[in-house]
Amino acid sequence: MQEASRRRLLLALLVLTLLVVGFSAWGFNKITTVTRGDGTVLPAQQVTLIASQLLIVVTFMYSGVLALSAAVVAGPLISSEVESGLLLSELARPVRRSEVVIGKWLGLAVLVILYAAGSAFLELTAVDWATGYVPPHPIELVIYVAAEGLTLLSLGLLLSTRLSGITGGVIALVAWLMAWIAGVVGDIGTGLQNQALQNVGTISHLLLPTDGLWRGAVYAMEPDVILATLRAAGTAGRANPFSAVDPPPTAFLTWVVVWFALILGLSVWSFRRREI
Amino acid sequence: MGAAATAPAIHTVDLTKRFGSTVALAGLSMTVPRGEIFGFLGPNGAGKTTSVKLLLGLLRPTSGEGWLLGELVGDLKTRRRIGYLPELFRYQGWLDAREVLALHCELAPLPRSIWKEEIKSALGTVGLSDRADDRVSTFSKGMQQRLGLAAALVGQPELVFLDEPTSALDPVGRHDVREIIRGLSARGTAVFLNSHLLTEVEQVCDRVAVVDHGRVIASGTMDELLSGMAVRVRVSGLDAAARTKLVAFGPIDDEGEQLTFTKLDIERVPELVSTIVALGGRVYEVAPRHQTLEDRFLQLLHEEDK
Repeated sequence: MQEASRRRLLLALLVLTLLVVGFSAWGFNKITTVTRGDGTVLPAQQVTLIASQLLIVVTFMYSGVLALSAAVVAGPLISSEVESGLLLSELARPVRRSEVVIGKWLGLAVLVILYAAGSAFLELTAVDWATGYVPPHPIELVIYVAAEGLTLLSLGLLLSTRLSGITGGVIALVAWLMAWIAGVVGDIGTGLQNQALQNVGTISHLLLPTDGLWRGAVYAMEPDVILATLRAAGTAGRANPFSAVDPPPTAFLTWVVVWFALILGLSVWSFRRREI
Repeated sequence: MGAAATAPAIHTVDLTKRFGSTVALAGLSMTVPRGEIFGFLGPNGAGKTTSVKLLLGLLRPTSGEGWLLGELVGDLKTRRRIGYLPELFRYQGWLDAREVLALHCELAPLPRSIWKEEIKSALGTVGLSDRADDRVSTFSKGMQQRLGLAAALVGQPELVFLDEPTSALDPVGRHDVREIIRGLSARGTAVFLNSHLLTEVEQVCDRVAVVDHGRVIASGTMDELLSGMAVRVRVSGLDAAARTKLVAFGPIDDEGEQLTFTKLDIERVPELVSTIVALGGRVYEVAPRHQTLEDRFLQLLHEEDK
């Protein structure tokens, strides 16, 4: 039942992705043919500017879909199998609980990475075909979007070692949205040069690094001309959840690796302690 | 290794489990020899499934210790030699029967070269050979339970835990399971049978323990437990007050017109009949017989409640 619904979700994701790629190819193509008041088409530089900004919005949708799917699938991953009894006979075998947790994480992680890479390849190919625009760092873009999905997957899995059914998934989603909002609050703090508000953003990036990773994805999609404009705008240029002036700092990326290790370790510990 | 090879299938010392303030199991101490069919009886909520889960390491004991096949409970290697059919049996509906068993072969773990033979044998034993390639989601509850039993048999375990193994089965299925259990015992596998189906236990078990409110209230071989007599009386005209007075003849299983005195010396039967008549009752039938497990079980629970 659960596996079947997962397969249906995967199929729906594939179909929707193809539809979005098709529509966006058509839409991006329109940028190159749309005419201004004087009847001329947009110059190439403007097409690039618009395409880059539109791509960020489209990618935000992709990352949202990926995060949502990862959280919804991971939320009941362990708890539902405990409740249904599916795990009872398997855990009586010589299987370590850590293997169950890591195995489930790896299985879903592969799906998350495949989806991030596949959808990015299709979307970027479509945009390239329609406008000739390719973002400056496509590989990094895939890595950041996939990492955002993996973050939600890890959080959902941790919660599913204790909470029943879909509860963990819903909590993970709420946490994701709150982290995004906290990131916006941090942006406002940057714009106002208010340290307390900035700290909200920083702390949220540490607790749940999804927004920080999203900023990495945004940075990977910004052409130099946009970056130059943002930098010229000073702190005001940084106060926007759809912009990033700098790539994520190395310290943050190191923290993300530690965060994954901590959450996975915590999941294993929590499931080991759980009475079935 | 030598000690472990001759160690009992199950040995527990004061195994206790509390959930908050609720005592699910209060100091279970028992030994199940190798190759024996051990019946674990008790009413619902007595602590039977808790005991099995403790022994399999699915639950952690609050205190006490247990050993399976000579190794401490929870030992990963020992689990290779153990089979388990849970009370709450559920298998992957999107897999077919063969694939479910292949998964258990992998988890057991068995060498891949013997999987095919092992799966064929397990499916044959439980009577599912002709449904090997059907998806589990198309199986009835009874067939899923048979599949669960097949999964428990994968890897020729030395000890098998069967938790209410016939709860979803029809009489033919129950008969088949009894045969399978006897077959396991014949090849030296110890079977720990959790059940509240007393006739089933009576027919296959070498030894039983009766558990109630988390405590073992009686244990022994079938002969040791069922040495007494029971007397069934068909009677009418006895009101509640009169029935209460009959308690002097021991525990009664009161089913309206049919009263079963679950432990009554045969010499007291004439006295019983005259008492019933004196109390205004009309006796239609008096049938003394050897105690069944059900008689003994009810008697034990009755004594426990007093």
